[in-house]
Amino acid sequence: MIRTEELLLNVGPQHPSTHGVFRIIVKLDGEVITEATPVMGYLHRGTEKLAENLNFTQIIPYTDRMDYVSAMTNNYVLCHAVEKMMGLEIPERAEFLRLIVMEMQRIASHLVWWGTYLLDIGAISPFLYAFSDRERILGLFNELCGARLTYNYMRVGGVKWDAPEGWIDRVKTLVKDMYNRLDEYHNLVSGNEIFLSRIKGVGQYDAETAINYGLSGANLRCTGVQWDLRKAEPYSLYDRFQFDVPVGKNGDCFDRYQIRMAEIEQSLRILDQALEQFPGDGETMGKVPRVIRPPAGEIYVRIESPRGEIGCHIVSKGKAEPYRLKFRRPSFVNLQILPKLLVGENMTNLVTILGGIDIVLGEVDC
Amino acid sequence: MEFDLANVSPEDRKEVERNVFFGTIDQLKGWARSNSLWPLTFGLACCAIEMMAAGGAHYDLDRFGVLFRTSPRQADVMIVSGTVTKKMGPLLKRLYDQMPEPKWVIAMGSCATAGGPYVKSYSVIKGVDQIVPVDVYIPGCPPNPAALIYGINKLQEKIRYEAKTGKQVTSR
Amino acid sequence: MSENDNREPEGQPEASSSPVASEPTVEPAQVESAQTETAQQEKAQTETAQPEPATTDTQPAAAVPSEPEAPAAQTEAPATQAEAPAAQEEAAAPPPARRVETDEEKAARRKAALEAREAAKAAAAQAAAQAAQAGTDGRAAAKAGDGESSEGEEAPPKPPSPKQPLLDKVTRLLRELVAEDAVEEAYINEANDHLPTLVVKNERWLQAASLFRNHTDLQCSYLRNVSGVDYETYMEVVYYPLNMDSRECYCVKVRADRELPSVGSVTPIWETANWNEREIYDLLGIDFPGHPDLKRIMMPDDWVGHPLRKDYVPLDPEV
Repeated sequence: MIRTEELLLNVGPQHPSTHGVFRIIVKLDGEVITEATPVMGYLHRGTEKLAENLNFTQIIPYTDRMDYVSAMTNNYVLCHAVEKMMGLEIPERAEFLRLIVMEMQRIASHLVWWGTYLLDIGAISPFLYAFSDRERILGLFNELCGARLTYNYMRVGGVKWDAPEGWIDRVKTLVKDMYNRLDEYHNLVSGNEIFLSRIKGVGQYDAETAINYGLSGANLRCTGVQWDLRKAEPYSLYDRFQFDVPVGKNGDCFDRYQIRMAEIEQSLRILDQALEQFPGDGETMGKVPRVIRPPAGEIYVRIESPRGEIGCHIVSKGKAEPYRLKFRRPSFVNLQILPKLLVGENMTNLVTILGGIDIVLGEVDC
Repeated sequence: MEFDLANVSPEDRKEVERNVFFGTIDQLKGWARSNSLWPLTFGLACCAIEMMAAGGAHYDLDRFGVLFRTSPRQADVMIVSGTVTKKMGPLLKRLYDQMPEPKWVIAMGSCATAGGPYVKSYSVIKGVDQIVPVDVYIPGCPPNPAALIYGINKLQEKIRYEAKTGKQVTSR
Repeated sequence: MSENDNREPEGQPEASSSPVASEPTVEPAQVESAQTETAQQEKAQTETAQPEPATTDTQPAAAVPSEPEAPAAQTEAPATQAEAPAAQEEAAAPPPARRVETDEEKAARRKAALEAREAAKAAAAQAAAQAAQAGTDGRAAAKAGDGESSEGEEAPPKPPSPKQPLLDKVTRLLRELVAEDAVEEAYINEANDHLPTLVVKNERWLQAASLFRNHTDLQCSYLRNVSGVDYETYMEVVYYPLNMDSRECYCVKVRADRELPSVGSVTPIWETANWNEREIYDLLGIDFPGHPDLKRIMMPDDWVGHPLRKDYVPLDPEV
């Protein structure tokens, strides 16, 4: 007779596949997980408290560092919230630039996810592919605002820098190339038998659970719920463009993979249209008071980041600094389902499931 | 076999001087170590993404013999890339202690150097040098992968210099 | 980063000294007349007018005591309504349907606001009495005090918000099915897409939450966000439940005592609340009785104090 003992295993906070400083304590019965307890806060930097002593323009760089894989959308959510509070109008060219960089950011972010996810599962070369393509996008951002990762590009009322000469054309070339690259990715990975057997049917949940857990982004759409804030509650200029919201039906890691890949394609579609309609000239900064003081009140705005619904809740007392600033971080909310998903799974699936959720620790811990 | 070192012919002597390098054993070790720096993947925050980018195809850190290891037991260098919080501090120290000698630390980015933009935060350690000795500081928020490569080059230089002269570059 | 640091401190004193200090003193005569005359131009280039109200008005806004949203919004609503009727015939009907096309809409609204302002001024001129004028000015200032965004939105429609029926419905449901005193306040947050906002009595919150989740008319199965706010005199937890089918979102606030704050946990109702409540407990010290695993989530377990509280003093000295 085999005697089995419960094994307590600590994963992280320094672990290559936790994407940062995430720690999870699992109880194992043989190879099977019986209980999982996530521990976070190893990157809690107190952004919300710091923000209470900074004015709104000074907070923008901190949003960059929150979800550092997708800084542009974070920039946008803060600026959008303040603009909405103050009722500012954004020049069309600025709004176009914002939309373009946000969609490029979505692609870059999904590329990081794709590369690291496959790295976690055990394939090294996709990481090299993904990062070399992402490098091109970062190069374009670098041209635009002088930073590769933490852009600090948007401002309340517009954007800081206009597109340099020929930038739009270079983005057009990139978009054209990306379609081909995407095919290449699919050839490289999507049909791989080993890969499919590792992610199909793993980490499955249904729509009701997803909604109950407040999931958003691909984690929600993989269950078949058609919920993309770009469509459901259009912001920016998204109502002007044609694009689809890819949904899955099984709610497993494979569907999440498919959706993210399809989202890259949809982002390329949006970019195609946006670059076509990009206004030839115009202001990039609206008329904004010198000191940004939103009127007293409260606001909650949300947009679709690559990871899901990112929200910004501002309580203002009419001062230049927010009285309270709270970010609804999609990674943080999405991660909650992890302990539930892990129970009964094989230990090797921990990495598959965790990677499939797509978290960024800077955002989880804020 | 016997070597008569006194009676080497001038031709042979020339030949030997061309092909054989003389140095101390320390220098040899320094040379070997500096060309196979294996960092621990210690990604903490934003800088980790740039560290990954440096390891990716475009910047290709492998060229310099820098291969990321996931275990502290196999690593020589700890690249602290990101904000170190008070919750993370003890763990960082522990990982550092687990690394075998000789070991070096690179503080990548302004957070690891001195707290960076989070210097006023209640939960952040103001610089990783308060916990572990740091050899190279790389400024930037986050530093460009090229800056990271430069930092690694500086560390290699330091290792070789220390081996050659026996002097410490910094007071540890 | 560094660029901001340099720029902002310079801008701040200047802006606060010049426009704010000068204009309130001359407000009755100068601002009013200037605006009537330039109304036409303003229509043409609304952009130029924008900063003006915004900067002048921060003064009264800042002077508003400490309760920001509720009383301010409510006291000012009657004032604007009183002004509005004259304008209403012309401004008439910005459709109370869902607001999507922001650009056109905003233009229309601003236009309507201008007309309303004009009408008010005309009335004031007719009366020609000092006292009356002072009154309208006061009102105008109060109105503007909420910032130009809500000003633009508020002026035209008599049924002030397209979401008003929704708010009424929820309020009614809560009063009928939970308790008569369940709703402490109910108003529309106009700046935030006319978000129906309710303040629910602390003791009634759990019942109200399950009503939000389960009632056939509400069915808010998705909890968007949970925030905690420290208002120095009391604590507040803000919930944003959402009905994904009808896309109706609500804002529900629950207030708690500041000394030993406690709000019933909604984790059994929405799983989303689990970690959010833990975070609020950690950072603000609000207790959530009924939570399955209420312990610190961000800070180490042995941390002392709740950092997001306004009176929190960090242990290590400031750098």
